[in-house]
Amino acid sequence: MSQAPPMKDLTFAEAIRDATAVCLRQDPRTFVIGLGVPDPKGIFGTTAGLADEFGMDRVMDAPLSENALTGMIIGAALGGLRPILTHQRVDFALLSLEQIVNQAAKWYYMFDGRGGTVPIVIRMVIGRGWGQGPQHAQSLFSWFAHIPGLKVVAPASPADAKGMMIASVEDNNPVIFLEHRWLHGMRGPVPDGYHRADLDHCRVARKGTDVTVVAAAHMVIEAMRAAEFASARAGIEMEVIDVRCLNPLDFKTIEESVRRTRRLLVADDDASHCGFAAEIIARVSEAGLELAAPPVRVTHPDCPSPSSAALAAAFYPTAPDLYAAVCRTVGRGMDWAAQFPPRPCPVDVPNLEFPGPF
Amino acid sequence: MSNEALKKASGRAAAGPPVRAEREHPGGDLLWRLFLEMLRIRVIERRIAERYAEKEMRCPVHLSIGQEAVAVGVCAQLRQQDRVMSAHRSHGHYLAKGGDVYSMLAELYGRKDGCCGGRGGSMHLMDRSAGFWGAVPIVGSTLPIALGLVLADKRLGRSERTAAFFGEGATEEGVFTETLNLACLLRLPMLFVCENNGYSVYTPLQLRRSPDFDFGGYVRSHGSLYFSGDGNDVEAVHRITGEALNATLADPTRPCVLEFFTWRYYEHCGPGQDDHLGYRDKEEIDNWAKRCPLAVARSRLTTTRPGLENEVEAAEKRYSREIDSIIEAVRSSARPDPATFARGVFAP
Repeated sequence: MSQAPPMKDLTFAEAIRDATAVCLRQDPRTFVIGLGVPDPKGIFGTTAGLADEFGMDRVMDAPLSENALTGMIIGAALGGLRPILTHQRVDFALLSLEQIVNQAAKWYYMFDGRGGTVPIVIRMVIGRGWGQGPQHAQSLFSWFAHIPGLKVVAPASPADAKGMMIASVEDNNPVIFLEHRWLHGMRGPVPDGYHRADLDHCRVARKGTDVTVVAAAHMVIEAMRAAEFASARAGIEMEVIDVRCLNPLDFKTIEESVRRTRRLLVADDDASHCGFAAEIIARVSEAGLELAAPPVRVTHPDCPSPSSAALAAAFYPTAPDLYAAVCRTVGRGMDWAAQFPPRPCPVDVPNLEFPGPF
Repeated sequence: MSNEALKKASGRAAAGPPVRAEREHPGGDLLWRLFLEMLRIRVIERRIAERYAEKEMRCPVHLSIGQEAVAVGVCAQLRQQDRVMSAHRSHGHYLAKGGDVYSMLAELYGRKDGCCGGRGGSMHLMDRSAGFWGAVPIVGSTLPIALGLVLADKRLGRSERTAAFFGEGATEEGVFTETLNLACLLRLPMLFVCENNGYSVYTPLQLRRSPDFDFGGYVRSHGSLYFSGDGNDVEAVHRITGEALNATLADPTRPCVLEFFTWRYYEHCGPGQDDHLGYRDKEEIDNWAKRCPLAVARSRLTTTRPGLENEVEAAEKRYSREIDSIIEAVRSSARPDPATFARGVFAP
C-alpha cells in the first residue's frame, strides 16, 4: 500500500490556490485568466500571490469580455494550452453562454473528434446570503448540467476543492467548476503536493440507514448539520451523499443508497422548477425504486433571491428545513422538527466570522 | 510602421507563393491561377445548388457564389499550415484553403466520410490538415476562438498565421468588439477578414448602422490596423491581404482588420435566388451583376491569354467532371451507423 500523503490544514479557497499553483508549476501550458485574477484580493484568495511566482503572462488579468474570453480560451485549448477562466460570480458567466453552450460543449462531438478537444476549466462562484440579492445568489446547477458535453462539478470540501481542480485542469473536456462562496472560508485537511480526485463519483459524506439525502456544494454542509442533530436527538440516521459531479452523474451510488433507505430527500441550492433536484427524483422514479414515502425537494422557492436579511431568512433553506423535511419523510411529527437548536448565526452568513462585503 | 520595417518584411508577399493556387494550377500567371480557383469553387457550388432539390443533401446550405474572390484572394496568401476559421457561409473559404472536396460533399450528404462524420452538415466544416480549423453558424463565434489559436501559437513559439472570415453582420455582435480589444490588448496579430455583402439575411446595412458609422475608424481606435478594398476584384484582395500580412509581420503586435465589399448572388440560405422577394432593387442587382468576380478577372485575362475562351471551357469541364465523380462516390458511400450517434459527447 502506498503511504498516505502528508496533509495540510487549508481553507477551501487556499486549496483552490494550492491546486492552481500545482497545475501552473507542473505544466507550462496552463494559465489562469479573468477579471481580478492578479489583483490584491485574488478572487477571494484563490489566486492570491500566484502572479508573483508565475508572472502576469500566466496569471492574467482581463477586460470585462466574458464571451470573447471564453472563445479565446477555447481556441487556446485547441492550440495546445490548458486554460482556467474565472468568474467572480456565476451571474457574470451568463454573458458567455453562447461560447460555453454552442462551442465548448459541442466542439469535440460536432466535428466528430477531428476538431480537437477543448480542455478548459471555467470557475464560477455561486453563493447565497449577505444581501447579494437577485443577481449574485444563483447556482444554476441545472442550466449547465443540462448541456451535453459539459462536465459540471461542485466540490464541498477543501480536499475535493484541490483534487477536483487538478482533475478538472487535466481533463480533456470543458469543466464548469462551481464553487460556493460560503465554502471559501471552510477549513479542513488537504493532501500536500499533487493530489487528484476523480470527477466520476458521488461521495458518501455520512453513512445512514433511514433516509438518503442528496446534496450539492454548500447544501452538503447544511445536510451534515441536520444529520448530526437527527442522529443525536431523534435517532434518525441520514445518509448524506455529496453529489460532487452533476454531469456526468454517478447515479449508481444514489440508486444503491435509496434502494437501502427507501426514502429520498434532495437538497438543491437553486430554484425548484426544472431544477437539479427534479432530475434526481426523476431518475429514482424511472429506476422503479420502491419508496416508503414520497420523495422531497428542499430548494429555493421559485422566486429570485431577495437581498434584505429579513426576507433572506424566509427564503434560504437551512439545516432545520432539511431536518423538518426528514422528519416528514420518516413519519415523525413536526414537534420533533421544532426542537432544532437556533442557528448560531443569522441565516444570511455562513458563520459569525464571515466578514462580507460580498 | 517605419519604411525600414516594411522593407524588411516585404519579401513575404513577393517571395511567398500563393501556395494552394500554385499547387493546384502550376505554371500559370497569378491572375489565371486565382481565376481557376474561383472557377473551381463556383462550379462546385453551382452543382450543390443544382442537386439540392434531390433532397439528398438534407441540411441548410449558404452558398458563397459571388463572394469567391475574397476567399481565394486571402487564402492564396496563406501557407498550408496557416489557419483559417469561418462562419455559416464557409464553403468558399474551406475550398480556397485546400479543404478536401470529397469530405465536404460527404458531410453535406450526411455520410460517414463527411469531414464531421455527419454531425455537422454544411455549417460545420473542418479540415485541420489543410489549415481549416472550423466553421460554425453562430455569427461572430469563431472570432475569439481564432484569437485563442493565435495566443497559443505565440505562447508555444509557432509561426502560423491565423485568419478568421466573417460577414459584416458579425461586427454588430458584442463578441467582435470584445475580440478586437483583446487582440489589441494582448498584441496578437490575428487577421480579421470581413466580407461585407451588405445584408444580414434580408436586412440591409442601412437598417443596422447609422450613416455616420465609420467602421475603419472604429477598428483603428482600438489599436488595430485596417485595410479595405473591392472584394470582387481577386487581384485587389490578394494584393491588400499581402500588404496586411506584411504590415503585421513588420509590427507583430497588431491585429489587422480587412474589409472587402462584395455581394452574394444566391439566396441567403438555399439553392436558389431570392431577388423575386424584392429586398434588393433592380439598380443594385444590375450593378453587382456587372461586377461578378469571375467576369472581372476574365476580362483582364483576355488581354494576356489569347486562347482564353477555350481554356476556360476546358477548365470548367474538368471541374464539372471532377465534382460529378466526387458526388457519385459520395452517394455510393456508407451512411454513419445510427448506433454511433452518441459517440464522443465527452472526449476520453
